[in-house]
Order: sequence, then structure tokens, then C-alpha cells
Amino acid sequence: MGDSLLAITVIWGFIFIYAVMGTMDFGAGFWSMVYINRTKTNATDVANRYLSPTWEVTNVFIVAIVVALFSFFPRATFTLGTVLLIPGSIILLLLSIRSGFLVFSHYASSFKYRRALVYISGISGVLIPAFLIAVLPVSQGGFIDIIDGTQRLNLAKVFSSPHVYSFIGFAISSSLFLSSLLLADYSKSSDEMEAYAVYRRDALITGPLSLLMAIFIMITMQSEASWLYDKMMQFKPLLYGSVGLFVVAGIALLLPSQKGKGMPRLAVVSIILQYFLASYVYGRSHLPYVVYPNVTIENGFTHPDAFHSLFIVYIVGFAILFPGFFYFWRLFMKDNKEYSKKKPY
Amino acid sequence: MDHLVTARSMFGLNMGVHIIFATLGVGIPLMILLAEILYYKTKDKDYELMAQRWTKGAAVLLGVAIPTGTIAGVQLALLWPGFMEIVGKVMALPFQIEIYAFFIEALFLSIYVYAADRISRKMRIISLILVAIGALASAVLITNVHAFEGTPAGFRILNGEIVSVDPWAAFFNPSFFVTSGHVAVSAYTTGGFVIASVAAFKMLRARKHNPREYKFHHKALMMGLVIGGIFSFVTALNGHESMQKVYEYQPEKLAAAEGLFETQDHAPLALGGFTDEKEQRVKYGIEFPWMLSFLSGNSFNTVITGLNDFPRDYWPPLFVHTLFNGMVIIGSILILVALVGVVWYKFLKKKSFPKIFMWAFVATGPLAIMGIEFGWIFACTGRQPWVIYRIMRTSEAVTTSANLHILFFLFLLVYIVLVAAVALVLVFYFRRNPLSKELAAQAD
Ligand code: HDD
Ligand code: HEM
Ligand code: HEM
Repeated sequence: MGDSLLAITVIWGFIFIYAVMGTMDFGAGFWSMVYINRTKTNATDVANRYLSPTWEVTNVFIVAIVVALFSFFPRATFTLGTVLLIPGSIILLLLSIRSGFLVFSHYASSFKYRRALVYISGISGVLIPAFLIAVLPVSQGGFIDIIDGTQRLNLAKVFSSPHVYSFIGFAISSSLFLSSLLLADYSKSSDEMEAYAVYRRDALITGPLSLLMAIFIMITMQSEASWLYDKMMQFKPLLYGSVGLFVVAGIALLLPSQKGKGMPRLAVVSIILQYFLASYVYGRSHLPYVVYPNVTIENGFTHPDAFHSLFIVYIVGFAILFPGFFYFWRLFMKDNKEYSKKKPY
Repeated sequence: MDHLVTARSMFGLNMGVHIIFATLGVGIPLMILLAEILYYKTKDKDYELMAQRWTKGAAVLLGVAIPTGTIAGVQLALLWPGFMEIVGKVMALPFQIEIYAFFIEALFLSIYVYAADRISRKMRIISLILVAIGALASAVLITNVHAFEGTPAGFRILNGEIVSVDPWAAFFNPSFFVTSGHVAVSAYTTGGFVIASVAAFKMLRARKHNPREYKFHHKALMMGLVIGGIFSFVTALNGHESMQKVYEYQPEKLAAAEGLFETQDHAPLALGGFTDEKEQRVKYGIEFPWMLSFLSGNSFNTVITGLNDFPRDYWPPLFVHTLFNGMVIIGSILILVALVGVVWYKFLKKKSFPKIFMWAFVATGPLAIMGIEFGWIFACTGRQPWVIYRIMRTSEAVTTSANLHILFFLFLLVYIVLVAAVALVLVFYFRRNPLSKELAAQAD
């Protein structure tokens, strides 16, 4: 594999991890807001129990993506940085409100306006994926004008494009879908059966909605980014495989099991695989472009010597960190049963 | 406002907010760690309670530290794409390694905060050590990028192209150790004094009617003063070394910091006052003859180049003199206050402090934070007009996108909301969970 292909694969990996963790994170915040009044089902509790320890780790991935991007593809960063000033700043503003108020609402649990804090963080949270995902259609070309020799994002065009809206719809629905699925699994494994029933139902509603949005994306892509559409169609078997995995997840949720209905763990695994396949096809077809049609992974690439040092640092760093991630996962994801009864320090 | 000034204000605003929370994010974990260790050693439950309460405070502060830090990282690319293109090619390593530091901090802080009752006491201390290491490393690494801007290394520019890139040479640029060290020790200084500050304030309140609480806060105060005192002394020593580096590598910054116009040996050190460009001197200040030469080069014969020997458009703004003075004066006050406090209690064995001492202790925390702000604004503004010293001007690095004004005001608004909210939440939280209640629970 060439250096630049290796580099874009690393970035793609980070984006994939963030897409999954981030949608779960923002979605969980949203559910914890929706169910704030249903004290009996514990649905909000379960969402918060997942959110509290994970949001900070999830947030590091945004930084990791930006750092990987400008260190591997400085030229692409120049273009993206210039073009994305306004949407990027909106994301940053939303993110700071969301993270800030998420933390504040945890520490103000008996505060009479706590509800307002939860609403602010919940709503700003679902808006973030909507804006973040808009980067994808922008990178597919057609929205960047060159005025007086500098690149400008044509905002009017962005906000009137059906393609952008189908991405936005997809981002929101799949945030809600992935997070409800994960929370279903999480609540079942900690024996919160009322919460489980609620999240299982939500996943059954939002799942088909996400699939519908994904289909919309393909329809609008046909006319707005036909180069990408044509290339994606060359991967038809993988796309069908991805839809197949979606169906598997649906069946897993409907199947009977010993305790409650459905096997959420199986559904989570197959949905993550489904997203993996679909994003692989998307990413693979997007190559060699980072930003169509001007920036490719070749002409935007950093200095090869710099790349080699960076790559070694990546490998060493993740090797060192791996036990930390494992320990974290065991504490908060695996053995969460006994934790559910206890209060944080 | 002009485009460049808006971009600079926007970035400076964000950094000015972030640095308060980031510095506390480096300093307070050290204090928590020490409290846990003291608890481990002495079995005095007060220290355990201190660790718990400070952790709550630190976790709330993180709600601003992390988003503003994320903004800093992304805004670098959004506002200074020209700068980040060079950084991406030459100086990406510290950012890269910093990601791991962030991960370590985030993972183990969450473990410490949310799983403290499920892990052993030893594991708690190990988690805290990892949090402290992660926080320190992230500060050191990001400061290294700042050091690189002042003393760039590891590449050459040939016909406008970047060549001979050596990322490790850039990483170990000449001011890396001094500058990062200064940031690290000044963060510990700040952590110590902020704790001392809060403890002193609470002691003033608890003085008459509540001896139990008074004793608790007294222990925290002494911890804060000792740690703050030690690190402020180290900060000053290391600051002296920073100054020598500035003399060596950014002479016009030194000249501006001291308001020195004419090149001379036996140059005087000016304290206070304002630099007057017309009269070419520092007005209303106190002069210490020969001291600048001595401090910069360890000899009175050291020749200091004055501003007049640099092209006018290389001059940094002259008000940096005030910022530099502010930092140094604060540093001296902090050392003095800590010293007096410790001597009074430990060596003169006095039971309580006079009220005026108490108010001086209360002032140390805010002063330390002001020292941090002065220092950074001095270092960054004193580098102007360069974003990378003598290689890239700030005006060449700035984004070409328009409409910065609106964004500037939006960010300002959001920061005001966040800072106000963080203050309210802290007050609210500690009012709802007063020390008296937790001490009573401990007694049961
Ligand atoms: C509590 C905070 C604090 C205190 C008491 C001091 N400093 Fe400082 N100083 C900083 C916090 C700081 C800082 C915020 O950490 C800076 C800003 C940028 C940097 O690298 O560190 C800094 C920068 C900085 C620089 C500029 C380096 C550059 O431009 O590259 C010099 C020359 C000094 N310091 C010198 C001193 C001296 C002689 C002090 C004597 C007491 C001192 N500082 C106390
Ligand atoms: C965290 C504390 C910091 C504060 C309070 C701070 C403050 C400022 C201020 C006030 C400016 C505007 C300067 C002017 O235009 O007069 C500025 C500019 C800048 N700073 Fe810093 N800074 C900090 C840390 C850093 C660090 C760690 C870096 C390196 C990554 C950095 C890189 C820059 C850059 C690239 C600019 C813009 C270009 C320039 O004006 O030179 N800053 N900062
Ligand atoms: C341009 C300068 C800076 C940038 C780009 C920057 C970037 C960041 C980012 C991206 C985060 C969030 C990390 C996360 O998502 O978990 C963060 C947090 C933090 N930063 Fe800054 N930072 C800068 C300056 C500083 C300085 C000067 C210090 C230390 C004195 C510092 C210390 C910290 C600490 C302790 C945190 C707390 C949270 C954490 O690490 O997760 N930062 N910073």
C-alpha cells in the first residue's frame, strides 16, 4: 500500500470510529432528554450512565481526526480550513454548548432549572451530527467557488441542496438509531428491563427511518455527485451485503430470547458491521479525492519523511494505549451490572 | 475591525478562556493526587474528602476545558490555514503525541471519577498519576508548538518550498525544554495557589463558629501554600532562563519587553511604567542599572540590541512591557506570600494568621491566573508580526474567508454563557453539598 493510501486509511478509521461513537454519544444525550419525565423506567438513568464516562473519550476522536488530517494532508487542510470556516465554527459553538451543559446538568441534579440544562445539551447534541455530516457532500464537489483567486463555500447552494438535506436526515436518524440500539443492549445487560423495552421500541422505529434516509442519499447523489454514485455502484455486492446485515439486525431485535424479546447484542454487532461495509464502499469510491476535484490524496500529501515518523508514533501510541482502552471498556461497558446501583464518587 | 485583527482577537479570546481551565486541569490533578497520597500515608480522612471535593470541582471545570480546547485545535486550522500547512508538514509530531496524552487523561479521569468506588485505593492512585501525566504531557506538547513558532527548526525554505524536513529536529527546537518547563511549573503554581485561595476564603467564613471546618480548610491551605510556594520559586528560576532564550533567539521581543531603544551594554532593567515611543524611553518606571545585561547574559558587559536597530515593522507592540512586568511582579508576590505563610505557621508556630495574611492568601489564586494570562499574551503578542519567527507573518497565515466579525461575537457570547454557567454550577453544587454535611457523614 502506498504511503498516502495508508494515511487516508488511518483517517478513515478515525472517522469511522468517531461516526459510531459520536452518534451514540449525541443520541444518548437526546434520549436522556426525551425520557427525563419517565422516572419509573430508568431510561434517562441508563443513558446518563453510558454518557458520563464516555463523552470525553469520544470527544478526543474529533481532535484526532483534525490532527491526522492536517498532519497527513496539509494541502487538504488548507482547502478545508478555508472553506469550512463558517460551518466549522457553528459546529464548534454547538459542541461547546453541548459538552458544557452536559457536564453542568450532571452536577446540578437538584437544581430547579436542571431541565433547561438537559434540554440545551440534548438539542444542541443532535444538531452537531447534522452539521458535521454536511462536510461529506461538500467534499464531493460542486459547492466551492473560486472568487478573486480564493476558495469560498457557496453557503446558499449548500443550504438549498437536497443532497445535503438527505445527508442531514441520515445523520439525525442514524444517531437516534445507533444510540437506541446500543442503549437497548446496555440496559438489557444491566437488567433494566423497562428501559430495555423503551429503547428496543425506539430502535425498531428509527432503524427503518435510517435505511430510508440512506436510500435518499443514493437518489440525490445520482444527480448531484454522479461521479461518486457511479463508482459506488461498482461495489454493488458489498452494498447488498450491508443491507443484508441491516435485516439481520432487525430480525435479531424481533427474535424471542430467554429474557425479554430480542437479542440486542447481535443487533449491535451486525449494525456496526453494516456501517463498516457501507462506509468502506463510500470511502473507497471517494478515492483518490479528498476534496473533489482539486485535492487528491497524492497532491495533498505531506512530506514522506514526516509521514514515516508520524506513522511510527501512531503504532507505538496505540500499542501503549490499548490496555487502557481495554480496562475502560471492562469497567464501564462489560461489568456495568453492579455499577448500576452505585453512585459516582 | 480589520480582518487580521478580528482573526487575532478571535483566537486570542479562545486561548485566553481555554488557558484558565487548561492550567487548572494540569494543576488541580496534582493537588488531588497529593491529597490521595497524604490520605494513604496518614489515614487522615480529611485528605480523602479533599480529594473527593476537588475532583468534583475539577470535573465541572472540564466542561469548559475540553470544548474550548477542541475549539483551539480546530480553530488553528480554520483561522490560520497558512500556518497549519507548515505545521502539518514540519511540526505535526507534538499534536500527534498529544492525542495520546488526551486519551490517557480522558480514560483515567473517567475511571477515577466514575469508578472510584469500584477500584482499589492503589488503582485510584495509579489512575490519578496517569491523569496527571496525561495533563502535563498535553500542556508540554502543545506548548512545544508555541515554542516552535518562536524558535523554528527542522526545515528550510527554498524558493518558497519547504525542504529538508526533520520532524524530530523541529520537535526538539531550541526553546522546547525551557518554554514547556515554564508552562508546566507555572500550572502547578496556579493549582497550588487556587486551592490555597479557596481554602483561605472558607477559613475566613468558618473562623469563629466552626472549628472543625476551620481545621479542614487549614490543612488545604497549607498544602496549597507549600506546593504553590515551591513551584513559584521554580517558575521564577526557569523564567529567568526563558528570558535568556528570548535574548538569544528573539532579541526584538526582549527589547520591547524592557522598552529599550538604544543598543547598549550595562543595560538597565525597567520595572513598571509605560514605554513612550516618542521619547524613546520607559516613563514612570523604576530603573535598576545594569541589571538587564546581567540577567540576559550573566555579565554586565552583555550587549542588548535596542529596538532602533531592528526594522520598524519588526517591532512587537510596545505594551508588552506592561504584560511582562505584570507576570514578573506577580511571580515575586506569590513567592513572598507563600514564604511568609509557611514561616509563620511552621517555624514561628503561630496558631492562626492575621486577617491581612488571610486576604493575601485569597488573592494568590486570581493573581496566579493573571500571571498565566499576562505571560501568554506577552509571549504571543510579543512575537508579532510573526506567526513563525522570521519565516511567516501572521498576515500571511490568516484565512481568506470573510465574515469573521459575526463569528467573533458568537464565540464571545458563548464563552460568556459558559463561564457564567460554570461559576453558577460550582457555587450551586458546593452549596448543596456543604462541607459540614460531608464531615458529619464521615463521622458516622
Ligand atoms: C503563574 C504564572 C507565571 C509566573 C508567576 C511567571 N510566568 Fe513567565 N510565563 C507564564 C506564566 C508565568 C506562561 C503563561 O506560562 C508563559 C506564556 C508563554 C509561555 O511559554 O509561558 C510565560 C512566558 C514567559 C516568557 C516568554 C517566553 C517567550 O516569549 O517565548 C518569559 C521571558 C518569562 N515567562 C519569564 C518569567 C519570569 C522572569 C518570571 C519571574 C517571576 C515569570 N515568567 C513568572
Ligand atoms: C493558551 C494560552 C495562549 C494564549 C492566552 C494565547 C494568546 C494569544 C493571543 C492574544 C494572540 C493574538 C496575538 C496578537 O495578535 O497580538 C495569539 C495568537 C496566536 N497564538 Fe497564542 N496564545 C496561547 C497559546 C498558544 C499556543 C499553545 C499556540 C501554539 C499552538 C499558539 C499559537 C498562536 C497562533 C498561531 C496565533 C495567531 C497568529 C499570531 O497572532 O501570531 N498560542 N495567541
Ligand atoms: C493552541 C493551543 C492549544 C490547543 C490547540 C489545545 C488543544 C486542546 C484540546 C483539543 C483539548 C481537548 C482535549 C479533549 O478533547 O479531551 C484541550 C484540553 C486541554 N488542554 Fe489545551 N490546547 C492548547 C493550549 C493548552 C495549554 C497552553 C495547556 C496547558 C497549560 C493546555 C492543556 C490542556 C488541558 C490540561 C486540557 C484538559 C482536558 C484534556 O486534556 O482532555 N492546552 N486542549
